[in-house]
Amino acid sequence: MQSEKTCIIIGGSHAGINCAFALRKEGWVGKIIVFDSDPELPYHRPPLSKTFLTGTDEIEKYALKSRDSYEKERITLQLGVVVESIDPERQVILLKNGKEETYDKLVLATGARPLIPEISGIQHAANLFPLRTAGDVKNIKQALSTKQHQRVVVIGAGYIGLEIAASIRKLGHTVTILELEKRILSRVTSPEMSQFFHELHRTNGVEIETGKEVTKIENHEMPHQVTCADGSSYEADLVILGVGIKINSELAKAAGLEVKNGICVDATTKTSHDHIYAIGDCTWHRNPHYNNQYIRLESVQNAVDQAKVAAATICGKPTSYDTIPWFWSDQYDVKLQIVGLASGYDQLLIRRELNESTKFSIWYFKKDQLLAVDAINNPKAYVIGTKFIKERQVVNKERLVDPNTALKPTFLI
Amino acid sequence: MTKITFITKTGDKHVLEADSGTIMELGVNNNIQGIDGECGGVCSCATCHVHVSKEYYSVVGEPEEIEKDMLELDDHVTAYSRLGCQINISEDLDGIVLEVANE
Repeated sequence: MQSEKTCIIIGGSHAGINCAFALRKEGWVGKIIVFDSDPELPYHRPPLSKTFLTGTDEIEKYALKSRDSYEKERITLQLGVVVESIDPERQVILLKNGKEETYDKLVLATGARPLIPEISGIQHAANLFPLRTAGDVKNIKQALSTKQHQRVVVIGAGYIGLEIAASIRKLGHTVTILELEKRILSRVTSPEMSQFFHELHRTNGVEIETGKEVTKIENHEMPHQVTCADGSSYEADLVILGVGIKINSELAKAAGLEVKNGICVDATTKTSHDHIYAIGDCTWHRNPHYNNQYIRLESVQNAVDQAKVAAATICGKPTSYDTIPWFWSDQYDVKLQIVGLASGYDQLLIRRELNESTKFSIWYFKKDQLLAVDAINNPKAYVIGTKFIKERQVVNKERLVDPNTALKPTFLI
Repeated sequence: MTKITFITKTGDKHVLEADSGTIMELGVNNNIQGIDGECGGVCSCATCHVHVSKEYYSVVGEPEEIEKDMLELDDHVTAYSRLGCQINISEDLDGIVLEVANE
């Protein structure tokens, strides 16, 4: 009798868990084992900086899947277990606890970890945390529970940093954001969007300081003294880091897999090595909707969609990654939805809605091609943008920016 | 306990029981095909789209504007479309039948 085959997945977040369940759906009959160093039952990450931070629910409330469903689908979770290395020749992974596990197929869903910048004193600051895992948020919540009205400094004004700021304001604390660049969200969006979010946070009482290079964190105990290159200094009961991530590609590199700005994968999510696949934040992949250019995406959408492609491929069903990226962010009462990739745009149009001051959308074009849409409190713009990008529809730009033209696909072409 | 029936695109019938949470959470936790809940329940992804049985639609009620907008251009939208993440489970739903809109 042929022995049962094994698919091992390293990484139990959105990509890894969705891949495990998709494997069953696609007909994988053998073992499925998911390894993750995080001890928690795999959970949704986006709420970490939002409702999990502000609310009282335990992390189990945010579980990706219930405990029962793993049992039902015969998916084995190995949580709190660190994978030390991969031996692609023998098709085994070696664990930190000395054990090893053989695979027929291996999926790397290793994601990323927070970037810890080289700031003098950072390693000694007692109340300084990144925000990537449930454990990080528990630390932050614990620190915030020690007294009311704390002074919180957030380093980095990307989406995570801004979401953290919004959540902590909601909890009633004082928040200062220190951003290295000249504007917030500078690496991820247009100046117009940056301005909108800057104003939103300012109105909600967050102090935003741009062009601030943090060089020093003094005082091991509270309050920490956060000092910048220009000599300015901020007292903080709590410091939260939101300066970006470093992808977890060390296992792949050591195993001899091709790694560039991520683990290189083809349209089927296969790496440079047979039997090894990679999915999610850690991958350097092509997007067919954007001239097949190589990109790396930090998003739930990419994690889930690549997971499905990997599962189908592993089960011998030819498929390829062909999805338009989408993202979302919730801050205060503002819902941002993004579809597409704006990078490389040569024209940006702002569409406002009649009698709706809190609703608008930004449409990014390269010549006549619609690249992306940022929709603020405007799901309609988001779904129309999605449809247009998918269909490569040429948009009538004059009508688009005319608020008297209803936001309906037929009126905008 | 409230009895809730899902019928998937492939015609599979799943009769489940719950007393709290949302329809999306119930579907995800029971691996109902087509209920993905990718955004975790914040009405951002429309991967928990269901068609509510006619006689229960008034019990469930109309979607809010944001949900309506998310569904407007969906390929499978009907007059009885709702997003599962926006429906809280209560006793009133006992016996409800939900057709899953996506595969």
